Amino acid sequence: MFRQSILIVMILISMPAKAVLDIEITGGVVGEHPIAIVPFSWEIKNAKPGTDVSKVLSSDLSRTGYFSQIPEKNFLERPHHGGEVNFENWRALGVESLVVGRVRPDKNGHYLVQFQLFDIYKSNQKQGAGPGDPEYKIKQVIGYSLPSTAKNLRRTAHHMSNLIYEAITGQKGVFTTRIAYITSKGRVKSKQYELQIADMDGHQPFTVLKSTQPIMSPAWSPNARQLAYVSFENKKAQIFVQDIDTGKRRLVSTQKGVNSAPSWSPDGRQLALVLSRDGNLEIYTLNIKNLRLRRLTRNSAIDTEPDWSADGKSIVFVSDRSGRPHIYRMPAKGGRAERLTFQGNYNARPSFTPDGKKIVLVHGASDGYHIATLDLQSGVIEILTSGRLDESPSFAPNGRMILYAASSANRGILSVVSVDGRVKQKLVLQQGDVREPAWAPFRNP
Amino acid sequence: MTNKWLLSVCLIASVLAGCSSTGDSKSDDGSGTVVEDRSGAAGTDPAGGASTSGMPAGDAFKGDPLDNPSSPLATRTIYFDYDSSEIKSDYQESILAHGGYLAEHPDVVLTLEGHTDERGSREYNIGLGEHRAQAVRRLLLFQGASDKQVTVVSYGEEKPVAEGHDELNYGQNRRVEIIYKR
Repeated sequence: MFRQSILIVMILISMPAKAVLDIEITGGVVGEHPIAIVPFSWEIKNAKPGTDVSKVLSSDLSRTGYFSQIPEKNFLERPHHGGEVNFENWRALGVESLVVGRVRPDKNGHYLVQFQLFDIYKSNQKQGAGPGDPEYKIKQVIGYSLPSTAKNLRRTAHHMSNLIYEAITGQKGVFTTRIAYITSKGRVKSKQYELQIADMDGHQPFTVLKSTQPIMSPAWSPNARQLAYVSFENKKAQIFVQDIDTGKRRLVSTQKGVNSAPSWSPDGRQLALVLSRDGNLEIYTLNIKNLRLRRLTRNSAIDTEPDWSADGKSIVFVSDRSGRPHIYRMPAKGGRAERLTFQGNYNARPSFTPDGKKIVLVHGASDGYHIATLDLQSGVIEILTSGRLDESPSFAPNGRMILYAASSANRGILSVVSVDGRVKQKLVLQQGDVREPAWAPFRNP
Repeated sequence: MTNKWLLSVCLIASVLAGCSSTGDSKSDDGSGTVVEDRSGAAGTDPAGGASTSGMPAGDAFKGDPLDNPSSPLATRTIYFDYDSSEIKSDYQESILAHGGYLAEHPDVVLTLEGHTDERGSREYNIGLGEHRAQAVRRLLLFQGASDKQVTVVSYGEEKPVAEGHDELNYGQNRRVEIIYKR
């Protein structure tokens, strides 16, 4: 009995923390597309629903800012499959898209998440015809039966969100992508740092690396299977590349002095990084296979924070060669650097937007450091956020949202803003600080 | 230039017998961040108390000048202005004293840790911390310290000593720590 209780305690301790990041939607979320999501029926007899899949779907879609959700209390019916839908009941509510579904057992004792998406506007029926009648035509946009398990229900729900979001907007959903970030807890001299990965909504976090020394600058490989990062675990900066699935890692840069700011080339074969081994901070590229270095910059200023363009041909970076930090662009093979920012006296942490037309950056203004975009055509800087200490912007792989680090009540938190600035969310760690978010690219199976 | 000459005299004096003429020696800010390994340092084991206990005021300091609280060597933290790696004149004397000490003790090594406040971008701050530490390093080498004696590590904004979010705290965090390994 005693042994058993020890076992239980140990299992509890080793369980991944539940929703370490609390999500709070702080900005207007009402979009233009009216959608109704009917709570799914739970048809598994011997198990209670661990995850409410329709709730996950609903919160996924609300965070995009694209939808206005019809409140459940207004519903005139609660169907769980198409045969039960009387679309006039939905048309009356002004619903454009309707999602119904259920969670059922399959033959092997696992789950099936079945759902259908209907276009109420495109549905029609002859006068007097009702459900089941051949004259009754309801327009199904998509319908799926997704196999799942108790453990995977949340993942399945995100997958369903992707399918529905894509069917309605024509854009790729990011609901199954993940984010990496750094946490720190504890007092000044006894801090505990962690590199964690979680679902894009902050759920299901797990720890990739734990250290008593700082961890910095996580960067996803283009295939989303590896993370490069800087760790001070050996009392100096070193760059590691870690495989996410196996946890195996490789030390790729341990030069004298600074080893920092890793950024993957789009083909995943090189890292741009920053070394001070030649006496001053300079940008280099590192061939990951043979660890061969090529030096790209050569001057006495701070040159750092490289980021590759999608075609791999150029690199943007920050340099204070003009006296103040500003953004520059140079060929990825090295060569003359062209200054891109002239507005303000602090522009740093540049990265290309997914469409390559803009650069997102940290812009210092009199009231703090904000996330801003630089239009490469016009040279105009547009400020997107209003925090005091906003930093580390990272784009969702579909280019619709920007994740960044901010400060709230003197704590480090993560924030998400839609590119149009309309939807804002906060992801707050229950304890300590969270920072340096990096949104993973799409991961192809 | 005259200052430097005076300083050198003072330095030699401090190496030989301890120099207390500075008056305005900046002491450590009390944050206690200086990590020292005192094992192996002759006559300075605090537990032994051989050189420091009960010393009458005014007497020449007899231990290692690194342990003399009134020596310019007692300054182990150099503070900087915002986004600057320029060494303020207040600290030049101390840094040169450390350089002279290193030159006199070629077996002594130290680490310069460069730090910044939390404002701005983290990797840029790694650069800034590095530049601050390198500025201190250059002065040490100028004074005769050898390259091998001085290791530079930049922590950027990752290791603040003060956790507040105002200028008072920021000022304490914009620093280079001189950490002897004896």
